[in-house]
Amino acid sequence: MHPDLPALPVTDWLNTALFGFYPYICLAVMVIGSVLRFDREQYTWRTGSSQLLRRKQLMWGSNLFHLGILFLFLGHSVGLLTPHSIYSIVITAEAKQLLAIIAGSIAGAVCFIGLTLLMHRRFFDARIRRTSTFGDNAVLVILWVQLSLGLATVPFSLAHDDASVMLRLSSWAQGILTFKPDSADLVRGLDWPYQAHLLLGLTIFLLFPFTRLVHILSAPVWFLGRRGWQLVRTRHRDMPTRLAGGLQSPAE
Amino acid sequence: MSNVLDRLTFFTRKTETFANGHGVMNNEDRAWEEAYRHRWQHDKIVRSTHGANCTGSCSWKIYVKGGIVTWETQQTDYPRTRHDLPNHEPRGCSRGASYSWYLYSSNRVKYPLVRARLVKLWREARAKHPPIAAWASIVEDATKRASYLTRRGGGGFVRAKWDEVTEIIAAANAYTVKKWGPDRVFGFSPIPAMSMISYAAGARYLQLLGGACGSFYDWYCDLPPASPQTWGEQTDVPESADWYNAGFIIVWGSNVPQTRTPDAHFYTEVRYKGTKSVVISPDYSEASKFADLWISVKQGTDAALAMAMGHVVLTEFHRDRQVPYFRDYIRQYSDLPLLVRLVAKDGRYVPERLLRAADFADDLGETNNPAWKTVGIDEASGAVVVPTGAIGFRWGEQGKWNLEEKAADGRTVSLRLGLKGAHDDVAEVLFPYFANQASNGFASTDHPDVLMRRVPVKKLALKDGETLVASVYDLFLANYGVDQGFGGEHLPKSYEDPAPYSPAWAEAVSHVPRDQIIATARGFASNAEKTNGRSMVIIGAAMNHWYHMDMNYRGVMNLLILCGCVGQSGGGWSHYVGQEKLRPQSGWAPVAFALDWARPPRQQNSTSFFYAHTDQWRYETLDVKEILSPTAPAGDWELTFIDFNAKAERMGWLPSTPALKTNPLEVCRRAKIEGLDPKAYAVREMSAKRLEMSCMDPDAEENFPRNMFVWRSNLLGSSGKGHEYFLKHLLGTSHGVLGKDLGETGRRKPAEVNWRAEGPRGKLDLLVTIDFRMSTTAVYSDIVLPTATWYEKNDLNTSDMHPFIHPLTAAVDPAWECRSDWDIFKAIAKKFSEIAPEALGVEQDLVLSPIQHDSAAEMAQGPEPKDWWKGECDLIPGKTGPNLVVVERDYPNLYKRFTSLGPLMSKVGNGGKGLAWNTQHEVEALGRLNGVVSEEGPTKGLPRIETDIDACEAVLMLAPETNGAVAVKSWEALGLQTGREHTHLALPKEEEKIRFRDVVAQPRKIISSPIWSGLESEHVCYNAGYTNVHERIPWRTLTGRQQLYQDHSWMRAFGEQLCVYKPPVDLKTIDPVRGRKPNGEKEIMLNFITPHQKWGIHSTYTDNLMMLTLNRGGPVVWLSEVDAQKVGIVDNDWVEAFNANGALTARAVVSQRMKEGTVFMYHAQEKIVNTPGSEQTGQRGGIHNSVTRAVLKPTHMIGGYAQLSYGFNYYGTVGCNRDEFVLVRKMKVVDWLERPRPGNAVQQEG
Repeated sequence: MHPDLPALPVTDWLNTALFGFYPYICLAVMVIGSVLRFDREQYTWRTGSSQLLRRKQLMWGSNLFHLGILFLFLGHSVGLLTPHSIYSIVITAEAKQLLAIIAGSIAGAVCFIGLTLLMHRRFFDARIRRTSTFGDNAVLVILWVQLSLGLATVPFSLAHDDASVMLRLSSWAQGILTFKPDSADLVRGLDWPYQAHLLLGLTIFLLFPFTRLVHILSAPVWFLGRRGWQLVRTRHRDMPTRLAGGLQSPAE
Repeated sequence: MSNVLDRLTFFTRKTETFANGHGVMNNEDRAWEEAYRHRWQHDKIVRSTHGANCTGSCSWKIYVKGGIVTWETQQTDYPRTRHDLPNHEPRGCSRGASYSWYLYSSNRVKYPLVRARLVKLWREARAKHPPIAAWASIVEDATKRASYLTRRGGGGFVRAKWDEVTEIIAAANAYTVKKWGPDRVFGFSPIPAMSMISYAAGARYLQLLGGACGSFYDWYCDLPPASPQTWGEQTDVPESADWYNAGFIIVWGSNVPQTRTPDAHFYTEVRYKGTKSVVISPDYSEASKFADLWISVKQGTDAALAMAMGHVVLTEFHRDRQVPYFRDYIRQYSDLPLLVRLVAKDGRYVPERLLRAADFADDLGETNNPAWKTVGIDEASGAVVVPTGAIGFRWGEQGKWNLEEKAADGRTVSLRLGLKGAHDDVAEVLFPYFANQASNGFASTDHPDVLMRRVPVKKLALKDGETLVASVYDLFLANYGVDQGFGGEHLPKSYEDPAPYSPAWAEAVSHVPRDQIIATARGFASNAEKTNGRSMVIIGAAMNHWYHMDMNYRGVMNLLILCGCVGQSGGGWSHYVGQEKLRPQSGWAPVAFALDWARPPRQQNSTSFFYAHTDQWRYETLDVKEILSPTAPAGDWELTFIDFNAKAERMGWLPSTPALKTNPLEVCRRAKIEGLDPKAYAVREMSAKRLEMSCMDPDAEENFPRNMFVWRSNLLGSSGKGHEYFLKHLLGTSHGVLGKDLGETGRRKPAEVNWRAEGPRGKLDLLVTIDFRMSTTAVYSDIVLPTATWYEKNDLNTSDMHPFIHPLTAAVDPAWECRSDWDIFKAIAKKFSEIAPEALGVEQDLVLSPIQHDSAAEMAQGPEPKDWWKGECDLIPGKTGPNLVVVERDYPNLYKRFTSLGPLMSKVGNGGKGLAWNTQHEVEALGRLNGVVSEEGPTKGLPRIETDIDACEAVLMLAPETNGAVAVKSWEALGLQTGREHTHLALPKEEEKIRFRDVVAQPRKIISSPIWSGLESEHVCYNAGYTNVHERIPWRTLTGRQQLYQDHSWMRAFGEQLCVYKPPVDLKTIDPVRGRKPNGEKEIMLNFITPHQKWGIHSTYTDNLMMLTLNRGGPVVWLSEVDAQKVGIVDNDWVEAFNANGALTARAVVSQRMKEGTVFMYHAQEKIVNTPGSEQTGQRGGIHNSVTRAVLKPTHMIGGYAQLSYGFNYYGTVGCNRDEFVLVRKMKVVDWLERPRPGNAVQQEG
């Protein structure tokens, strides 16, 4: 360390590491990990649904959970990543915070009920419990903790109506995505639920490629815009063709 | 290249639409399709089949991928059938399709296993002694012996090396041979046809050793004794394709789609042709939905129904109107026209034996066997004549044993049916009646014990004075209550008159409405009339498992014979239960029973063996008096069943294992010391009662079976009737017997057999099971050897349901340390030869064998037998008692003998069913095919049988069914006896020789041979009795005809000269346990029925996860809704069924299918799968046989008398089990017994 620079307190260093560098590690692992897994382990790329084993509780649990989590995901994406200069055209930051608190709480509650049902089912149905992997269990627990942490921020947000925390958080997110590692300073000193929620959220990105969460990337959204009912594939040049005796490339 | 990059092709993605936009063509990556191709790709397909105890015998494709068997599918390359007959394929069912699961399942036996306590003792002993002495040091020490015996069934196996376990087994065998005698080594393996070479491996080892092989067909109660009684044939039936030729099918107590699944299509197809079908079954079975009429008969009363149907047929088609085809048929092919002596009883008459030529002053001109030639009356001349074909013509002379309508002197005759119109007088004849004393809720009628009917008779001057004789035909009609105008007591005046055996009477007994009985009988007979006999009865084990199964079966046979159906395409008796025709039998028998080295083999009827040695006789509840006929001839009938059985063994009727209380090697040694022939010595000593037969004292330690091999079988988990008695007495381990023995109950004890106050516990020193799965039997064994599965060995397989020979072939090598049965017994034989010199050299062994059917000896005794043991006659081996033969055992060379084809095939020749032919040529051909032994020694120059394929080739080479030249020779041999030319049946195939590789390439049809009574040709389907009718070859009975009248004195004693209805017997097993250990739930008494199941073939597949998933995943019993409601049981409740024999636990299936008063338990559900502990016994659940006990029937013990002579798996006592009742009760506590067994804590530390 350069002798002229003042020594950073350990907390500063930690803050920079967790909110300045850690996000990049997480995002890199998520992107590279997902690409590798999709490339190498196609058969593991799945939801790992347990619906065949037991339908009970799944209909309510899964639907509530997914409804809530999709809304939350959308809310977080839009809320965090839309620059203030753009949304201020239609809404003030204070109003946006109120909106976020109300809508987020409702979605959070729906998601919480669903997730709790799913957890109960996974841990207390003998059949499901026996067939669950560590990853299946861990994902549920982590999501449940993360959701609880998110809900725990609500009282803190209600304590101030100036939207300052919200602005700092969105600036941080936008800063990280635009490669400004010193954005970490923006979240320094926030109340613990915010910081814990951020850290666990980043960790979920980190764990993403190693869990069933990858199914998010394969959500069949294109199905909504489908054009035909019968899909026919052409035989194309590079495709390996099955000839007598096994798998070979066609001789050219 | 990359799944990610390949998808990032937004700009080059081609799409076009078609079908107005409903379809889209794109060029998305198709690599994922490879996954599906890989899923079904495989390295090779191998043909094999399933060696389960199943008549299916289906050809399967076994798929192998990366050295692993992955799945199987049905083969579809059977040879085509002819025009207008559906093809056989595809054959197979869900059970077979799930077999590959076993290969790599956790239930696979992967290594040789041995009981830890035993192997510990062995290693200690072996450190000090050579092998045989080491074994002696263990079993001669009562504490050491008990230390592992009492743990049988309780776990505690450890892995061992092949070398060590084969040494233990060989040492135990050698010790037993030396100490007690070779016939104390017993082997049980069923159904050779399911894997002939595997069977042969063990049997060959045992026979070279001098051990005994147990029968299975009679023990399983699948043998219908009525078949040998009537036809002199174990069982011979039409192939399933012949169903397609039938015009009317009664499916009687058989569940074709469920238990004959691969054949059921012929049944479906023939119905499209318009064939009518009646299904007779108490429950609404799967077969019932095929029926035009479903008859829900009261269980156990089938004979009553059959009698009433016979009554209708006789009345309408024989008495009121005489159908020419029927009359011609019964005149030529049945004993109905023959004459019977009547003897006086209480001023009236009882039918006695069939009249013989020897009864006449001049023997009617017959010099050869006149006492064995039955007589009738010539229609035209009215003279008494001797028609050809009786057993007397079969032996001692040639050319007249046939069914041509000729008398012995060559005149053409036509026998008279019935004496009406030619009679001298009318006699009052007594017929026994049994249906007035039914128990357990079966219907009784208020008719007397004897029914008097008037019968036309002739008075003949015989050697012993003037005698009244009647014809079988008239007696037969009178017995059926069909009045020819002579009258009698309790004769039905019409069908509505409820006197025996009218339809109205049968309605009261069998609960079948009389109009259904009449309609079925009429339909059946009128179809037979129009089609010359194309009416068929498909019949299952259901009816044969009752104590009085003979009556059920003879009732049906009578119907068929009266309508001329037996031996006609599309007609006849189709009993498909558990025998699975061993098509190349006469080629296989020499290999299996080592007949190439020594004859006779030691073969034991298992029912009598297990009855005696599991001490089930000590608990006998049935008294002979309950089943004795009121018309029994004078005699000593006040015996118990074990007494009767001992008598039968003494008189050479049934085999004995062990035979003598003294070691037979020792008998020969003592004879040698005295300078006597062992046979003469034994006769002297036995007559003086110094040499005792083992049957007289089964509980003496000298008479225990000591070593037992079980292979290809699940004796303790499936077929062991009286399961708990096996555990208690034979094995000596924990058991669930709830009843008390005769000593405790004070019931009548045996009169002649020695009773010991204390029943022995643990007779076997060593129980070895060879299996690929950890079956219930394996769990109770001392040593479990891992064998190859049906996809890992080479073998042969045949069935009675189709005419093809199938191979089992090794798709992969045996997994883990498994070996094929052939290799296992070869290894034991090798080890035995190595260690034998410690105690054994070349020894002389005295073999006792019963008087055999299909040999001249079957004329040894008359219908009034004499017992040498009681001083009624002298002991003459092979005549008044068992045959005595000295056989040389070369113990040090046992292995060499095992692996080569011995010299007797060249010296003595081969044969079967009373035929003999020279087989020198085939032995030489086999030597060229397999190679000959080149090393020096006693086997040098003999054809080799080293591998399982060598053994297959030996069988195929020697058998007429697979070697056309042999077939021609065998037909020639028969032609000498019949005086007719039969070789035309095989000449077109004379050059055909089926080899192992041929059947691997494609299923091959067998060549017609005289070993079987049907033909397999381009014109007819295989049908039993076809050659008897169409080639006029006699049945192998006393009369040479289908014998409906049984004249042996024991038959008469039990009232079975003619078919009668006998209600199920009362086994009295309920009262001792009623209210025992109450648990607050109500008990209901139900008839315990154990049908073949849907999710398994016997116990196989019942531990298979795939099959378990299809039902309730564990043991179940079926209850009717009414019965269940009475005691508060709802579907899926855990219930317990128990009686004095033991208890079992299962879930209840409550179903509308069930008939009230019965409980079904599909038999052989494995005890090792999801079976909780019993509240009654405290032991784990139990199996279906926990509540059964074998009960013997004296008429099945008859021997030394024509067709009633012994044959292995041919005649003998049968293990019936359907007369049993149980109490069913809902369980309060379902205890899985998942805690250490008391006393096991000590064991754990070792």
